[in-house]
Amino acid sequence: MSQTMTGAEIVLKALKDQGVEVIFGYPGGAVLPIYDEIFKQNAIQHVLVRHEQGAAHAAEGYARSTGKPGVLLVTSGPGATNAVTGLQDALMDSIPIICISGQVGSFLIGTDAFQEADTVGITRPCTKHNWLVKDANDLAKAMHQAFQVATTGRPGPVLVDIPKNVQMSPGVYVPARESRRKSYNPQTRGDLSDIKKAVELIERAERPIFYTGGGVINSGPNATRLLREFARATGFPVTSTLMGLGAYPASDKQWLGMLGMHGSYEANLAMHGCDVMINIGARFDDRITGRLDAFSPGSKKIHIDIDPSSINKTVRADVGIVGDCAVALEDMLRIWKSGGSKSQKNAVKDWWRQIESWRAVDCFRYAPSETTIKPQYALQRLQAAIEKKDFYITTEVGQHQMWAAQFLKFEEPNRWMTSGGLGTMGYGVPAAVGVQMAHPKSLVIDVAGEASFLMTMQEMSTAVQYRLPIKIFILNNERLGMVRQWQQLLHGERYSSSYSEALPDFVKLAEAFGCKGVRAEKPEELDGAIAEMLAYDGPVIFDCLVERHENCFPMIPSGKAHNEMLLGEADTEGAIDAAGAMLV
Amino acid sequence: MSVMQKPETIERHTMAVLVDNESGVLARIIGLFSGRGYNIESLTVAEVDHNEHLSRITIVTTGSPMVIEQIKALLSKIVPVHKVVDITVAGPSVERELALIKVRSTGEKRVEALRLNEAFRGRIMDTTLESFVFELTGDPGKIDAFVELMRPLGLVDVARTGVAAIARGPEGM
Ligand SMILES: Cc1ncc(C[n+]2csc(CCOP(=O)(O)OP(=O)(O)O)c2C)c(N)n1
Ligand SMILES: [Mg+2]
Repeated sequence: MSQTMTGAEIVLKALKDQGVEVIFGYPGGAVLPIYDEIFKQNAIQHVLVRHEQGAAHAAEGYARSTGKPGVLLVTSGPGATNAVTGLQDALMDSIPIICISGQVGSFLIGTDAFQEADTVGITRPCTKHNWLVKDANDLAKAMHQAFQVATTGRPGPVLVDIPKNVQMSPGVYVPARESRRKSYNPQTRGDLSDIKKAVELIERAERPIFYTGGGVINSGPNATRLLREFARATGFPVTSTLMGLGAYPASDKQWLGMLGMHGSYEANLAMHGCDVMINIGARFDDRITGRLDAFSPGSKKIHIDIDPSSINKTVRADVGIVGDCAVALEDMLRIWKSGGSKSQKNAVKDWWRQIESWRAVDCFRYAPSETTIKPQYALQRLQAAIEKKDFYITTEVGQHQMWAAQFLKFEEPNRWMTSGGLGTMGYGVPAAVGVQMAHPKSLVIDVAGEASFLMTMQEMSTAVQYRLPIKIFILNNERLGMVRQWQQLLHGERYSSSYSEALPDFVKLAEAFGCKGVRAEKPEELDGAIAEMLAYDGPVIFDCLVERHENCFPMIPSGKAHNEMLLGEADTEGAIDAAGAMLV
Repeated sequence: MSVMQKPETIERHTMAVLVDNESGVLARIIGLFSGRGYNIESLTVAEVDHNEHLSRITIVTTGSPMVIEQIKALLSKIVPVHKVVDITVAGPSVERELALIKVRSTGEKRVEALRLNEAFRGRIMDTTLESFVFELTGDPGKIDAFVELMRPLGLVDVARTGVAAIARGPEGM
C-alpha cells in the first residue's frame, strides 16, 4: 500500500528508510517544513553546524570514516551556495553525500524571489546528479535515487532541491525498490579476459609496483583485505596516493609510503622505473604523474577503476579494467591462485634491492632543532602519543597536510580524511565534527595550519554544543606555508600576501569557544602539551608554534619528472624553471 | 608509447545519445562539453519516443582519439543517459541536415538562384516577387556548398537544423 503524506514527511521517511542516523544542517525559511518534521521525531539526529560549508565537510567526514553516505540539509539561496565548496570537494574525492536544499515555492521560481538561486543550475557541474522536485509525488523517488546514485558506481555528491510548497503538499510515498532508475547502471565487474591479461602481466613482471588510490577505500573493507592478500601473495611493493592511505598498513615492509609531489623518494622512483604498474582505484592525477610525457616511461600499465572515464584520460592503460576494486581484486586473486601463478622471485628480489637503496636515502629526514619545534618533529611526537589509540585524522590543506601524510602512520582504511582533489582549506575542522559524530568514543584529530583553521573555525562552536572532543592540532608557522614555499622556490622569494600579520591568540580563542587551549613553543614542552591535549575530555585547540620557514620535502616541482625530485634545500637552486611556474 | 602524445590527430565523430527527456538534460550534456573545453560542431535534439519520454541527441564533435574516448565515457556516465553510440566508428551511417535558406534578388540573379536550387534538389517553401525560401536536405557539405553559391545571389538568412545521424542496416542503436 502506498501512503500519502506531506513532502517534508516523505523526506524524513526516505532518510529513515535509507538508514540515516545523523544529518548536518542549517535552517532557513525555505526548509522550515522539513525542520518541523525533524523536531517531531527522534530517530534521526540533526547537528546544527555554523556554516553550510561545514555541513558538507562534516557529511564528508562522516561518510569517509564510516563508508556510509553523509547527509546535509540547507536552505535556499545562500544556504545552498555556501554548500557548493563541499559538494565540489566530495565530487573530486568521490565521497557519497546527499545534500537536501530548500527552494522558494515552485510558483515563485524565476521571479528573483527572496533567497532564490538556481541551485540545480549552480550545482550541476559539482554533483554527480541533482534533482529539482516540483511535485510531492516525485519526491520519494528522487530521494531514493539520490542515495542510489551517490553510493553506487564511483561515489559522489548529489543534491535534491525541494521548493517549499512541495514540502507542504501531499504526495505518495514509494519505497526504494520501486524508485530505481533504468538509465543508471554502473558497471562493477571488470571484463574477465582483461583480468586474465593483467594476471599474465603481473606474473611476468620483474619490477612491479602496486599503485593504489582512494578507490580501494571507497570499495570497502573487502578491497582492503584483498589488496593485502594479493600484495603478500606476490611480494610486490605497494604505494598509494594521498587518498588511499590506510588501505595498506604503513608498518608493513612492502609499504613504500605515499607517492606524488611530496611523496617518498622510493615510491616515486619505483613508479618511474617499474616495468609493470598495477593501478588499483587511483586516477593518474597530475600531483601523481608530474610531467606526463616523462611519467613511468618503460612500464606496462594495468588500470582498475570503476569510472570508465578515468581510464585513458591522461595516461594510456595497456590493460584497462572497468569495475569495483574489490570485485576485480577477487577475480584476479582467484585466477592467480587457480592457475598456480608465481611472481618472478629473483627479478623481484633484485628490484627490492634497488628499492632498499632508494629507501636508504631516508627522504623525509630533516634538520632537527633544539630551540624551535620542527613541524615534522611535532608530528612524530603526536604519532608516538597516539599510535596505540583508536584514532582518526583529518587535515586542512598546506604543508602541514603533506607532513601529516608523511609522518603519521595509518594501519587501517577510513582513518585518514583529507581534501585531496580540491585541496580545500577549511576542510579539517568540520570533517572532524562529522567523524566524531560517527565515532563518539574515538580520538579525532585535525592536523591544521593556522590559516586553514581560520576558514571554518566557527565549527568549534558545533563541537562544544554536541560535546564532540575533537582536537585541533595547529602547526602554526604564522604563514600560508605552502604558498610561501612556492614563492620561495618559484617566484624569486617575493612573499606576496603569504604572511598573516594578525593572528588571534589561539589559546584565548579556544577559551572563548568554551574549549581548552594548549600551547607549545619549545621542543621540550611538546610531549607534555600533547599529553595534556589527549587527556582533556572535550574539544581542544592546540597551538603548536613551529619553525616558520621550513619547507616540505621531497618535492617534485611542477613540470618535472619523478626522477627530478628535490630532496632538500640544497637541491632547490634554479631547480624550477619558468615553464614549471606556469603550472599549479 | 603509453603516454599521451602531442600533437595528436584531430578526428570528427558523430555520436547518438539516447536520454530521458527531462528538464536539465541538455544542460548536463552541453555543460560537459563547455566545462572541459571540448568542441560541439553540431547538436540536435528531439523526443523520439513519446511514451517512454526518450529523446535522441546527435552530437558532432572533434578531438584527439583520447578526447573522443573521454567524451563517450563521460556522456555515458550522465544519469539520464541510456545509451551512447559513436556513429562514426560503429559502421556505415547516414548523416543528414535540413536547411532553410532565404534569398532576396530579382532578374538574372533570381533566375540563377532558382536554377541552382533545382540542381541541388531543393524545395521552395515560400515565394514573393523578390525572394525565395528554399528547403534543402543533405549532408552538411552539400548545404555548405549551396549556401556559398547563394551568397552572391542575395543570401539573406540561413537556418540549419544540425546533423541527424543513424546507422545503415537493420540494427537499432
Ligand atoms: C580555500 C583555499 N584557498 C586557497 C588555497 C591555496 N592554498 C593552498 S595551501 C595554502 C596555505 C595554507 O596555510 P596554512 O593553513 O597555514 O598551512 P601551512 O601550509 O602553513 O601548513 C593556501 C593559501 C586553498 N588550498 N584553499
Ligand atoms: Mg601556516
